Amino acid sequence: MKETHDSPDDSPDDSTDDAQDERGVEVVDARGLACPVPVIRLAQHAREATPGTVVEVWATDPAAAADVPAWCRMRGQDYLGARSCTAADGSVWTAYRVRVGGAAAAPGLTP
Amino acid sequence: MANPSPDGPVDGGAPTAEPPPAGAAQGHRAVLDASPGPLHPVARETLAAAVDAGWADPRRLHREGRAARRLLDDARAVLADGLGVRPEEVAFAPDGPTAVRWMAEGLTYAARRRGARVVASAVEHSAVLVPARHAAAAAGEADLAAEVAVDHLGRVDLQAWAGAVARPGTVAALLQHANGEVGTLQPLAAAHEICRAVGVPLAVDAQASLGRVPPPEHYDVLAGDASSWGGPGGVGVLVVPTRTRWLRPGPADPDAGLNGPSGHHPWVPLALAAAEAWQQTAATREADAAEAHLLVDLVREAAAAVPDVEVVGDPRERLPHVVTFSALYGDGEALVRELDRRGFAVASGSACTSSTLEPSHVLAAMGALTHGNLRVTLPLASVSPRRAEDVRAFTAEVGPVVAAVRAELGADHL
Repeated sequence: MKETHDSPDDSPDDSTDDAQDERGVEVVDARGLACPVPVIRLAQHAREATPGTVVEVWATDPAAAADVPAWCRMRGQDYLGARSCTAADGSVWTAYRVRVGGAAAAPGLTP
Repeated sequence: MANPSPDGPVDGGAPTAEPPPAGAAQGHRAVLDASPGPLHPVARETLAAAVDAGWADPRRLHREGRAARRLLDDARAVLADGLGVRPEEVAFAPDGPTAVRWMAEGLTYAARRRGARVVASAVEHSAVLVPARHAAAAAGEADLAAEVAVDHLGRVDLQAWAGAVARPGTVAALLQHANGEVGTLQPLAAAHEICRAVGVPLAVDAQASLGRVPPPEHYDVLAGDASSWGGPGGVGVLVVPTRTRWLRPGPADPDAGLNGPSGHHPWVPLALAAAEAWQQTAATREADAAEAHLLVDLVREAAAAVPDVEVVGDPRERLPHVVTFSALYGDGEALVRELDRRGFAVASGSACTSSTLEPSHVLAAMGALTHGNLRVTLPLASVSPRRAEDVRAFTAEVGPVVAAVRAELGADHL
C-alpha cells in the first residue's frame, strides 16, 4: 500500500464484478470476499482477458496483499503494485494491479 | 464444512451419513501437528510421580520443601547439561513465548541508558514482533523496532541484518534458531558474528528447534519451550550466560538464588517432567531426526507432485520435522477440516484458520502464497509410534484432498 487517495468516481455500492473503468483498467471487485476467492476471481478474469490487459483486483481480505503477488509469480504475470482506496462513505479497500498475458501459460515458476 | 463438530464422527461417536474416513485407519488419529505435541510417555510417568514427591514450595525449610528443592535443582542440572551451560545460567518462564518476551525485555532493560532500538528478522515469533512494534508505537518512533527482510526460503538477509544492527542506539538483536512454521534454519553463527562486531547482544528463540537438532551455540541469551522436546506445556526455559548484561525490570528478586535471573520458579513437577523429556529425547535425537528428515522429504515430494502446490521453506537447511506447503486456489480452513474428517490433525497458516483472520506473517514475508496452506509438524516417534505410517497415509491423501477442496470452489480448472 504505497499511496492513499480517493477512489475514482464509482461508489462501492454500484460497482459490479469485472467492470471496466474509464482508464482502460478492468476491475475485479472482490471486496468482502475471503481468501482464496479474490485470487480465484482474478484467475478467472485473467483467463478471458486479452493479453496485456491491466486488471485491478479490489479486495478487503488482508491475505490478498501476499497472495496477489504470489499468484503473479506462480503464473508468470506482471504485478504492478497496490494502492489503498477510500470511498465517500468511508469504506476502505486495496486495489492490486496486474498486467495479464505474456507468460501466462507457464504455471509453477519459481523466483 | 462437512463435519462442524470437532469431536464428531472421527472418534467413532455419533453415526454419520458421510463416507467412512479413507485415510488413517479406523479410529486412529494421525497427529501431524506437534507444535505442541503430546507429552513424552516417560515424562508423563515422571510428572505423575513428581506430583506426589515435588508438590511443595521449594523455598520451605521442611523435608517436603527440601525434597521439592532437590528435584528442581536436578531438573535445572539436566537442562544445563543438555544445553551445554552452567546450572545458574538456566532460568524458567511460564511458557516459551513468555521466555522469548523476557529474553528481549532483559536485554533492552539492561541497556536502557544506551538506547532502545531492537532488530529482529521479519519471520520471528509474534512474541518477539508484537511487543517490539508496540514499544516503538508507544514511543512514537517506528525505527525502534527494525524488521529485517528474509529471502524466499525464509532465511534472514545477512547484509540487511548487518546494516540494521549497526545503527546507533541498537541494544538487542533477535533471531530464531529455526522457523517453526516453515522449518528454515537461520545462519546463527554469521548473524552472531555480525552482532559481536558492533557490540549488540543476540537473543535466540529456539522454541521450534530444541530437542530436534543440536542446541544452538551462537547466542547471548537463549529461550525455548519444553513442549518442543516432548515435555509438558507451561515450561519456558531461558539461558542467560553470566557474560551477558541482562536484567528484568522490577524490584530485586528475594529468591534470586533459587530462581536465577528470570525471577520465576516453575511448578516443580512440571520442571522435572521437562527434564525427563529432555533426557529421553536427547538419547534418541539423532535417529529420530534422521527418520523425520526422510519422512518430511516424502511429504515434500507428494505435495510438490500436486499441480500448483508450492512447498515452502529451505529444502536442506531446515528442521527435520517441519514442512509447509500452499495449494493455489485452495481454502486453508477447508483443507484442515477435510483432513481432520479423514483422521489427520494438520495445522495451517492461512488467514481463515487464524483467530485474527490475518495470514501467517512468515509466509507473507517470504513472498509465499498464504492461502491453501497446510503445515505438518511431526511428533517424536517415541510419542507417536505410528508416525511413519501416518506420514505415508498422509502423502496419499494430499492430492485428492486438494483436488476436492478446489472443486468445491469451482477452481479446479484454472
